[in-house]
Amino acid sequence: MTSAIEFKDVSRVYGDVRAVNGVSLRIATGEFFAMLGPSGSGKTTCLRLIAGFEAPDSGAVLLDGQDVTSRPPYERDVNTVFQDYALFPHMSVLENVAYGLRVRKVAGAEQTRRAMEMLELVKLGALAQRRPSQLSGGQRQRVSLARALINKPRVLLLDEPLGALDLKLREEMQIELKNLQRQLGITFIFVTHDQGEALSMADRVAVFNQGRIEQLDTPRMLYTRPATSFVARFVGSANVAEGELARRLMGSAEPFAIRAENIRIALPGESQDDNVIRCNGKLLDVQYHGAMSRCQVQLDTGEIFAAAVSEHSGNGRFAPGCAVVLSWTASDAVQLRSEPAA
Amino acid sequence: MNAFAASAPLQAGWSRRASTFLHGRPGFYLSLLLLPPLLWFGTVYLGSLFTLLANSFYAIDEFTAKIVYEPTLATFKQVLTQPAHIDIIVRTLVMAVAVTIACAVIAFPVANYMARYASPRMKALFYVGVMLPMWTSYLVKVYAWRLILAKQGILSWFVDTLGLTPVLEAVLRLPAVGGPSLASSYLGMFIVFVYMWLPYMILPLAAALERVPESLLQASADLGARPSQTFRNVVVPLALPGLAAGSVFTFSLTLGDYIIPSVVGAPGYFIGMMVYQQQGTAGNIPLAAAFSVVPIVLIMIYLTLAKRAGAFDAL
Repeated sequence: MTSAIEFKDVSRVYGDVRAVNGVSLRIATGEFFAMLGPSGSGKTTCLRLIAGFEAPDSGAVLLDGQDVTSRPPYERDVNTVFQDYALFPHMSVLENVAYGLRVRKVAGAEQTRRAMEMLELVKLGALAQRRPSQLSGGQRQRVSLARALINKPRVLLLDEPLGALDLKLREEMQIELKNLQRQLGITFIFVTHDQGEALSMADRVAVFNQGRIEQLDTPRMLYTRPATSFVARFVGSANVAEGELARRLMGSAEPFAIRAENIRIALPGESQDDNVIRCNGKLLDVQYHGAMSRCQVQLDTGEIFAAAVSEHSGNGRFAPGCAVVLSWTASDAVQLRSEPAA
Repeated sequence: MNAFAASAPLQAGWSRRASTFLHGRPGFYLSLLLLPPLLWFGTVYLGSLFTLLANSFYAIDEFTAKIVYEPTLATFKQVLTQPAHIDIIVRTLVMAVAVTIACAVIAFPVANYMARYASPRMKALFYVGVMLPMWTSYLVKVYAWRLILAKQGILSWFVDTLGLTPVLEAVLRLPAVGGPSLASSYLGMFIVFVYMWLPYMILPLAAALERVPESLLQASADLGARPSQTFRNVVVPLALPGLAAGSVFTFSLTLGDYIIPSVVGAPGYFIGMMVYQQQGTAGNIPLAAAFSVVPIVLIMIYLTLAKRAGAFDAL
């Protein structure tokens, strides 16, 4: 089976910055794929390489098994939802959505019919005659989505599509996007710096760092089995122990990660259950997050670890400054790949 | 000790009191600032314009050559019905339209390059280059062009060197645009007009194009538009306000100019020359005033058409 998108050792260099550095990946047809990473990690450049706004300096980009590396954007069967939506200000909502048909010389009546259909799909049929400037951010987002879907692309690219929306709207759109993707069966590739968004929406996630993919996996595997310390920290901000600390705690210099919710925090002298690994520290701060509170603990060796305490386990007895004991079971600690020397 | 306690007590000088007075009365403050320019604009500028307009409603006594101060439409009738006068208006209008179109066609690629592709250094160079001719005396440039376009001028020398003299001669033999030499043909006049007003088209156009976000062009290409389609459907509509502003300059400057038609080109009269001659040697102030109203009306018609075409929708 051919993949919807394939990267073969793709690199893109700006001056002396390798924005994308030898990336190879395959994205399956019908997949909801996320590219996750901090700003400047190369994820957006990868998206632009697929859309054709950028050309790689080396390597090849394949779309449905065909090499499209040197094809311009208007000859690629992919469409993009832009971060700033990029709606044409001089056209109505309907004209914006119909644009992809208009440039393909589809008959006028057919254009209107299909554009209206698309607008109904994103529940904006009533606003067809408005100008983009008369819409709210969420509505613009939907118009941009309808416009990108009208040509029935093989792949839909979404560049930080929810970044500009407020929290409630963002959660609604997450569910809506997911439903839309299931309904249409189109491959969605979406770029985000929000790990929560990537984990909750995507089938698979590629975590980018400094132009490379650190790990490409399902959300569950990324969270429970991060491969590198970068992934462990970036996805769900796990505690990472390296070098000397790792040796003292686990008896081996191999780095490992431990999630805050897998660490038990107790006062000295309290029962430690059967947790084998222990270390002493000082509580610096407690951040309240509702169901959980996150405790910042400075270990005796100087590193800062976070431990989560649930609301019902009586976290009231912890006050900043008090001595605490952290403990966890060896099986909760995840062995990480040693970082290659940079 | 409190560090703030050491600060000096507020000086109650007259300037501070004036500031406080004005701060509480923003309307008065604003009118104080606007009074001098408004006085200038109102009396000197609009006032003289209305005097001009008023003069166009008088007529000259054919026999005594004195102005009869009685409101009449006779002068306007004279402007709009005499074949020689209609010729002048049509000639000027056709030239203004041709110059405007040529300026737009030449300016668009230059402005587009400046706005989208030039490096910051190159862009600065282009802006200086576009404005540089404006730093030179207008008259010097016009007379320089007469020499450039003259029969033995550098241009015909250059054309001859390329072996294209027959082509030039063929062009000059064309009716209407041709003439004995470039310097004494409408074609030559057209070239000088385009040269003179080109910066006034490039600058507003570049400013308009600079405001078009890159992502709109990418979105257009992404949706399947070839570059020519993107240009037609996205770039041109969004550049229309700049194009409209630039064309108002080129159009009105050509309509009103009287030096270029009298130094370069064929002997046919233009509106500006007519105004100059009527108010000067001929002493027919009402006719000069009526001719001055023609460009004003033409520009108004032009702006109305531009607005109806949606040129100002994107503002």
